[in-house]
Amino acid sequence: MKLSISKILAVFVSLIAYASAATAQDFKPVLLYDIGGKFDKSFNEAAYRGVERFNQETGIAFRDFEPNSETQYEQALKRFARRKADIIVAVGVGYSVAVRNAAQRFPDIKFTIIDGIVDLPNVQSITFKENEGSFLVGMIAGMTTKTGKVGFIGGMDIPLIRRFQAGYQQGVTFTNADVDFIENYVGTTPAAWNDPIKAAEMAKSQYARGVDVIFSAAGPSGLGVINAAKDDGKLAIGVDSNQNHVQPGSVLTSMLKRVDLAVYQAMQEARDGTWAPGHRILGLPEGGVDYALDEHNASLITDEMKARLDDARAKIIAGEIIVSDVAGSNAGH
Amino acid sequence: MEFLTDLVLLSNSTLRVATPLLLAALAGLCSERAGIVDIGLEGKMLAAAFAAASAAAVTGSPWAGLLAGIMASVLLALIHGYVSINQRGNQIVSGMAINILVAGLAPTLANAWFSRGGQTPLLGNEARFTEITLPLADTLSSVPVIGDVYSNVLSGHSMLTYVAFASVPVVAWVLYKTRFGLRLRAVGENPEAVETAGISVVLLRYQAMIIAGILCGIAGSSLSTALGAGFIRDMSAGKGYLALAAMIFGRWKPVPTLLACLLFAFVDALQGRLQGVELPLIGEIPVQFTIMLPYILTVVILAGFAGKMDAPKASGIPYEKNR
Repeated sequence: MKLSISKILAVFVSLIAYASAATAQDFKPVLLYDIGGKFDKSFNEAAYRGVERFNQETGIAFRDFEPNSETQYEQALKRFARRKADIIVAVGVGYSVAVRNAAQRFPDIKFTIIDGIVDLPNVQSITFKENEGSFLVGMIAGMTTKTGKVGFIGGMDIPLIRRFQAGYQQGVTFTNADVDFIENYVGTTPAAWNDPIKAAEMAKSQYARGVDVIFSAAGPSGLGVINAAKDDGKLAIGVDSNQNHVQPGSVLTSMLKRVDLAVYQAMQEARDGTWAPGHRILGLPEGGVDYALDEHNASLITDEMKARLDDARAKIIAGEIIVSDVAGSNAGH
Repeated sequence: MEFLTDLVLLSNSTLRVATPLLLAALAGLCSERAGIVDIGLEGKMLAAAFAAASAAAVTGSPWAGLLAGIMASVLLALIHGYVSINQRGNQIVSGMAINILVAGLAPTLANAWFSRGGQTPLLGNEARFTEITLPLADTLSSVPVIGDVYSNVLSGHSMLTYVAFASVPVVAWVLYKTRFGLRLRAVGENPEAVETAGISVVLLRYQAMIIAGILCGIAGSSLSTALGAGFIRDMSAGKGYLALAAMIFGRWKPVPTLLACLLFAFVDALQGRLQGVELPLIGEIPVQFTIMLPYILTVVILAGFAGKMDAPKASGIPYEKNR
C-alpha cells in the first residue's frame, strides 16, 4: 500500500515537473481575491478588471482564486507559490498575515499585497491615500449641498475610515466653510460592514435633520445609505469602486480606489523586471484615487465644478494643498 | 421646537427599527410558550431575508419574496421542531446549528446563484414593500401635535411594519382568548396534563413552530425587502438574539414584549442620534460609548428591573410520552 502511494506520488510529481517544464518560458501571474467573489461590484471586481487588462494587452494567461473563508488564504498562497508562480497578487488587508507567512517560506517568489503592509524583501505593499480621493468628493458634496448640511457614514470605527472622514470634511470646508457636518459610525466591530439596515436608518435620520448629501465609507452597509438616498430623494456618495450605477440619479459620485490600476501595474512591472519590493502609496499624483464621472451622474456634476476639482487636484499634486490624515491610520504616510 | 422635531424623528425611526425585532420576538414567544426554546431566531430570520431577496429579485414581486421568506423560515422551524419534538434533542444545540448553517449557506447560495460576492441583486422599488402614506396624512400634517404624530410618526412605513404591530393584539388574542391558545400555553407549562386530556402534545408543538416560523419569516423578509433592498451576508446583525432578550424582558407576554422591543429600538435610534453631538457639560460622547448604550441598557434592565422570571415551566424540556 505504501509503495503504491509513493508510486502515485512519483507519477504526480513528474507530471507537475513536466507541466512546469513545458511552460517554463511563460510568465505566470496569479491573482487572489478577497472573500466576496470575483464579481462583487466592488473591490474584487476592480482587481479582476486590472488582471483582465493585463491579459488583453499582453496575451498572458493568468490564474486566479476566490477563497470562501480566511483559512484558505495561506493555503492558496502556498499552493500557487509551490507551483512556481512569477508574481502573486493578493487583494485585501485580510491577507497580511498569510502573505507574511508565505513570503517567508518562499523567498524566491514575488508577492504583492494590496491594502495591507508586509515588510519583507520579496513583498510589495500597495496602499492608497483615501483621504485625497475623499477630499475631492468632499468638494463635490460642498458645492452640491443646498441645505448647507452634509453627512458622513462610516462602517467600523477604525483609523482607516477616520482617514476617509478627515479628507472628506476638509474637502467640504474647502469649498464651503459654513457647512454643517454630521457624522455617524455604524459600529465598532466587523459586523458594522454588513449592516445596511442600521446604515439606512442613520442615513434617514441625517436626511431628516437637513442633510442632503451623505458620503458612506461603509462597505456593503453603504448600499443601505444609497437606498435611503433614493427613498428620500436625496444624494449619496459611493466608495471604493464606481457605484454611480447602483441607483442612477441618487448617487452623486463615488470615491474611486484604483485597485485595478494597482493589480495591473504590479503584474506589468513583474513582467518587465522593474518590480520592486517595499511600500508604495497611491494617491492623486499616481492616479490611485479619484472621483467617478460617468453617464449616471453627468447631469449632477457641472462644468464649473469640474474646473474647481481639476484646480484642486493640481494643487494637491503640486503640494500646495496638504490633505490632512489621521494619526495611526496607516504607517508610512 | 428642536427637541420636539427630534422626538418625532426618533419615534419614527423607532417604529422602523422595532419591526423585525417585534416579529421575531413574537415568534420566539409563540414557540417558547409551547415549550420549545428558540435560539434559532437569528438563523431563521437570515434565511428568510435571503429567500425573500432572492425570490423578489427573480420575480420582481415583493409578495413572492415574502412567501419565499416565510417558507424558508417555516422549513427551518420544522427541522428545529423535528429535532426537539420527535428526536427529543437539545433545543439550544439545534437552534445554534440553524444559526451557523444559515450564516454559511445563505452567502454561499447567493454567490452561486447571483455571483455578487454573497449578495443578492439590489431590488428596485417595484420589488420592495415601499413606504405607505396613511390616508389623510397630508391634510392632517398641519394640525399641531396630533397631526405631527399621525403624519410624521405613524404614516410613511412599509406594510410589514403595520403587520408587525397588528400581530401583537392578534397573538395576544389567540394565546389568551382561544381554546387553541389555552392548549398551547398548557403544553408549555404541563404537557402531561395536556396529554391526559387527550390532546396531542406533538401536534400542538408543531403548530406552534409553524406559527413561529411564519412570524420569523415576515421578520426576515422585512429586512431584505422593506427596510433594506437586497440580501447582504449576516444582515440580521444579532437582531434574533436581541428579540430573544426582548421576549424574556417582556416575560413571555405579548404587550410587555412589544414595549421591550420599542425600548430597544428607541435606544438604538437614540444612539445614532447622539453620535458626534456636543452635549452640555459632558461634551462629545465617543462613538464607542454611544454604540454600547443598547447593551448597557439590556444588562441593567435584565439584572435590575426584570425581577422574577416566570418562564414557561416545560420550556426547553423534551416531552416523553411514557415517563
